[in-house]
Amino acid sequence: MSDTKGIGKIIFTSSLGTLIEWYDFYIFGMLAKTISVQFFPEGNETTALLSTLAIFAAGFLVRPFGALVFGRLGDLIGRKSTFLLTLVLMGGSTFLIGLIPSYASIGVLAPLLVLLLRLIQGLALGGEYGGAATYVAEYAPANRRGYYTSWIQTTATLGLFVSLGVIMLVKSNMSDAAFNAEWGGWRYPFWMSILLVGVSIYIRLKMSESPLFSKLKKEGKTSVNPLKESFGNRTNFKMVLLALFGAVMGQGVIWYTGQFYAQSFLENTAKLDFMQSREILLWGIALGTPFFLVFGALSDKIGRKWIMIIGMLLGAICYRPIFSTFLNDTNVENYTADLHKPGAPFVVVKSDILKTDTIKSINTIVTTTKTQWMLPNNIQLVENRTDSLLNYQLGLNASLKKDAKPVFNGKILPSDMKWKFVFLVWCMIIFVTMAYGPIAAFLVELFPTKIRYTSMSLPYHIGNGVFGGLVPFIATLLSVSFTNDPLVGLWYPIGIALLCAVIGMLFLNNKIDTNVND
Amino acid sequence: MKTIKRIIGALLMIAAPIILFLLIKGAIDNIHVDGTKDINQPIPWIVIITIFTPISLGLGIFGYYAFQGDYDVLPKSSEDI
Repeated sequence: MSDTKGIGKIIFTSSLGTLIEWYDFYIFGMLAKTISVQFFPEGNETTALLSTLAIFAAGFLVRPFGALVFGRLGDLIGRKSTFLLTLVLMGGSTFLIGLIPSYASIGVLAPLLVLLLRLIQGLALGGEYGGAATYVAEYAPANRRGYYTSWIQTTATLGLFVSLGVIMLVKSNMSDAAFNAEWGGWRYPFWMSILLVGVSIYIRLKMSESPLFSKLKKEGKTSVNPLKESFGNRTNFKMVLLALFGAVMGQGVIWYTGQFYAQSFLENTAKLDFMQSREILLWGIALGTPFFLVFGALSDKIGRKWIMIIGMLLGAICYRPIFSTFLNDTNVENYTADLHKPGAPFVVVKSDILKTDTIKSINTIVTTTKTQWMLPNNIQLVENRTDSLLNYQLGLNASLKKDAKPVFNGKILPSDMKWKFVFLVWCMIIFVTMAYGPIAAFLVELFPTKIRYTSMSLPYHIGNGVFGGLVPFIATLLSVSFTNDPLVGLWYPIGIALLCAVIGMLFLNNKIDTNVND
Repeated sequence: MKTIKRIIGALLMIAAPIILFLLIKGAIDNIHVDGTKDINQPIPWIVIITIFTPISLGLGIFGYYAFQGDYDVLPKSSEDI
């Protein structure tokens, strides 16, 4: 297609729906803690099992399966109808998750319904991306395919951005108790989905079928069995394998590490404050996202291969120094041991007694306090401690037993350090934009029109859902096996990115296929 | 270049079953009834090994194709597929 008339509208309508699908998929993960309290209470083996299934099966098993189901459908009946269906499934299931009463109200039915809807979400996500990327690429002129499809590439990151933003907005306008209540604020982002999806469905209904697919259909040349032609035909299957191991596998770990793992690391390992860790990520994403378009456009000039490979290599080289900086700059061990020493240069910003329990049977008063300290390096730190006053009824014989292992978290960084972290997260987002920006055009050009949706969807969702999604699991596995190195978990994304870059360098072609009309 | 591709192919053919073996070994070593982390639960391992079995097979087939020289010349356009 060389006609660029109306391409803006096509990009907008395709991207909006895809963005909403990502938003829907992410809010579940972002609100995982609250959701687990409401639907998967601790201490119950059945709910723990369902919770684990919801997390692992949706991402790892169902996404690739959705790619096969909807990819096949997209190659049989068309792109438009298929990605309209995925949008309805995703939006509907997200909205319904927001309507399920808690475990306290309806028992085990609650987690079962959540699991079922989460699996539908995974299925729908598996079908959406391939359709949107194929649809835009089949409209785009050959010399701008990388640029136009890079708009679709922004949606995964923007979906993360919007989900973070909406959750922060809701959370900052109510108390924690109101947010976490059974019918509290955490449900609003789920309910909002129905509005977004409604608008997107309305817009997508007005779209026409992809011109290339319509032409094939008119000529009776569509595939009869896309799965067989994609994976049963050796020549095509070897390209599916090449796409997976030479491009998408590495891109998946770069994407996941730069965004999800970074946020999780800042909050759980560096112990940053909830809001500040998200603020850092939001700035990094906001400043980095335009580069999807930059690298998409650049790939039209110099080819897709090297941009993707350099993105992977930069990630592999820079991850350890970047995460090491996160860890070292937020290390407060030198100070925490001396917090309560007389004359120590620490300032109490705020101190609250959260709970006092009198246990008469053992003559003890237990007090839980939360104290916010300002350290000499201008980092604010929250100390959570539980002290015990023993023998309190015996007056002078009473003795205070201080908490030997107080919990430190909620670090708030000074402005200069916060912006340094924003810069480092931005660097990782740039690696993501390099590896991910040109990949839709790259995948589209690899496969023929009649089986394109099926052939590109499967490697994409294995690369991103499985290889990318495994980053936290393998990181935990490595950190348990090799306890001396707090950054040992990074060897997984580094190793996969390097392997993929080597395979890509040796096996991929940098040539841009100008004709996808085949 | 062709020789390097064949060597990589052979290495990947060897790597594929090793990866699967390491995953199964990882599952056996880490699943604990009393464990609290995801890696201590059987379900994640079952899901991961289920999905990684065909992926490892795919890696082995990719290595085999590379070893056979299937990737020495890539299709010029998708018409050749």
